[in-house]
Amino acid sequence: MSTSVKPGRARSGTAGRGRRGGRPDRKAWAFLGPFLALYLFAMVVPVLYAVYQSMLKVERSGPMGLGEPSVGFAGFENYSLALQQETFVDGFGRVLLFGIVQVPVMLLLALVLALLLDQVSHRWAGLLRATYFLPYGIPGVVATILWGFLYVPGVSPITSVLGDLGFQPDFLGYDSVLWSIANIVVWQFAGYNMLIIIAQLKSVPQELYEAARIDGAGPWQTALRIKIPLVRPALVLTTVFSIIGTMQLFAEPLVLKKVAPAVTTDYTPNLSAYFDAFANANLYLAAAKSVILAVVAMVLSFGFLSLVTRRQRSER
Amino acid sequence: MSATGTRPRTGTEVAGSPPATPAPRPRRAPRPGRILLVAVLTAAALYFLLPVYWLVIAATKSNDSLYGSFGLWFDDPRLWDNLSRVFSYDGHVYLRWMLNSLLYAGVGAVLATLLSAAAGFALAKYNFAGREAVFTFVLAGVLLPSTALALPLYLMFSKLELTNTYWGVLIPSVVSPFGVYLCRIYAEAAVPDTLLEAARVDGAGEGRIFFSLVLRIMTPALVTVFLFQFVHIWNNYFLPLVMLSDDRKYPITLGLVTWQQAADRVPELTQYTIGGAFVSVIPLAVAMLVLQRFWQTGLTEGSVKE
Repeated sequence: MSTSVKPGRARSGTAGRGRRGGRPDRKAWAFLGPFLALYLFAMVVPVLYAVYQSMLKVERSGPMGLGEPSVGFAGFENYSLALQQETFVDGFGRVLLFGIVQVPVMLLLALVLALLLDQVSHRWAGLLRATYFLPYGIPGVVATILWGFLYVPGVSPITSVLGDLGFQPDFLGYDSVLWSIANIVVWQFAGYNMLIIIAQLKSVPQELYEAARIDGAGPWQTALRIKIPLVRPALVLTTVFSIIGTMQLFAEPLVLKKVAPAVTTDYTPNLSAYFDAFANANLYLAAAKSVILAVVAMVLSFGFLSLVTRRQRSER
Repeated sequence: MSATGTRPRTGTEVAGSPPATPAPRPRRAPRPGRILLVAVLTAAALYFLLPVYWLVIAATKSNDSLYGSFGLWFDDPRLWDNLSRVFSYDGHVYLRWMLNSLLYAGVGAVLATLLSAAAGFALAKYNFAGREAVFTFVLAGVLLPSTALALPLYLMFSKLELTNTYWGVLIPSVVSPFGVYLCRIYAEAAVPDTLLEAARVDGAGEGRIFFSLVLRIMTPALVTVFLFQFVHIWNNYFLPLVMLSDDRKYPITLGLVTWQQAADRVPELTQYTIGGAFVSVIPLAVAMLVLQRFWQTGLTEGSVKE
């Protein structure tokens, strides 16, 4: 890929194009057009529309508010309503706690597996890599259905084996169900993140390892001093994706709800917005909650990104 | 930096005898370390395979032995019988869900790949006013969680009467800001300006250059974008959940959950849920095993640039 780029020519092409009055460059919009149109239609406008909807409310007129309902302007009323809902704010706290534990655990597992796979023979590495990556191809709801069976006493071979050993695990209890969900997410995405890290490991020039070996570095030192610093960009990327993923936690708790009474309708912010829209028929409040969720997710992932890039800069 | 990702470095020749071809790299950790290494890797493999193994076993069981027998071993296997019931239940609705999933994910991913390729190429290889602004604007979309978007989409699509149509799921699925990001980075590195110049001198139009030259050069990145988007759409649950009310338009994810939730009233649905999950996992599991190498290629492009 990058090998086909002739050094020195890579950037100069644009200058040559100017000779024809920049005509080809105008075609750029033809290539961008279809994507941008759909991007506006299916991502940007809905967000704006949700912001607009979040500022509305149903007003009832007439004596004792029994007249015809009409839609009126609410300002930030829905936002303050949402933020006053203790259960909604609790949902954010829960998701945050979830992310603080689950994301590092998952990424550490992914990193360890990637580094270990780098130490085994090619044939085994390929087979194991495929095994670890397999859960990524299983939809979150299907994964949750599967793990659900593995959590429920009576069906689960895990509880029956542990029961024989004298343990009485309660995977679906009030305190534990959050971590049972975390397990499902780790199971699904650890292999995927591992693959991103492996990809970055492969891009490390082999001479570097050669040099390290000649300098007398063992596998541990090579891993700690060379490999981990070098896969840092991959770790940043996977962390950002994981933060975004954590904020949208929805399908797993919704499916587990059936077997775990601890999972309420506002267990996560996303669930809360969903039940407002479809069970309580309060679209305007749901819109406000969606906007809050999107803002928090973007602030967190963007905040993380600027944090690491700033630190990176100061290190140099 | 990137070319190494595609090729298995030590190549296929390794398949022979490992001791005969000494690896050029420092391998072989000391003995105790070696044992730990194998132990950790095996434990991880068991962890990742456990639910899948359980699923395979459970798919062969009757509803009664699902509860009455040990979950990790066979009990009176009857896989065919189970599966034929899964397929025939409720007027072959399961088959319908499969086809719907294939339609949403297949068509959605092809269109998403083409749109991303064109946009990424334009952002990489043309100079125009507002280029960086457009790119930043698209990048913001990468950070926007797709499920936070599903409700707003529903609100807008219901005004446009697009809910409960195939379009309601398909249109949002063809937009992939991450795909544009990958394609731009890839095109910047892989498509030589000299080649574009030469083609222009030869009198080829921009569209022709894109379709006959650029798309071919960008193939590795396009495979990645396609796979990424295909799995994303196939696994998606929230968007179809809010968009669709007619269960004949459901994708497989939605259908299976419907069965699972209804199992209180119709007990045999527990077995159908398991059988249906079993069948639905096979195609993607095979695809994962075969195609995982492609993932690596394109994903490096994305992360290296960070």
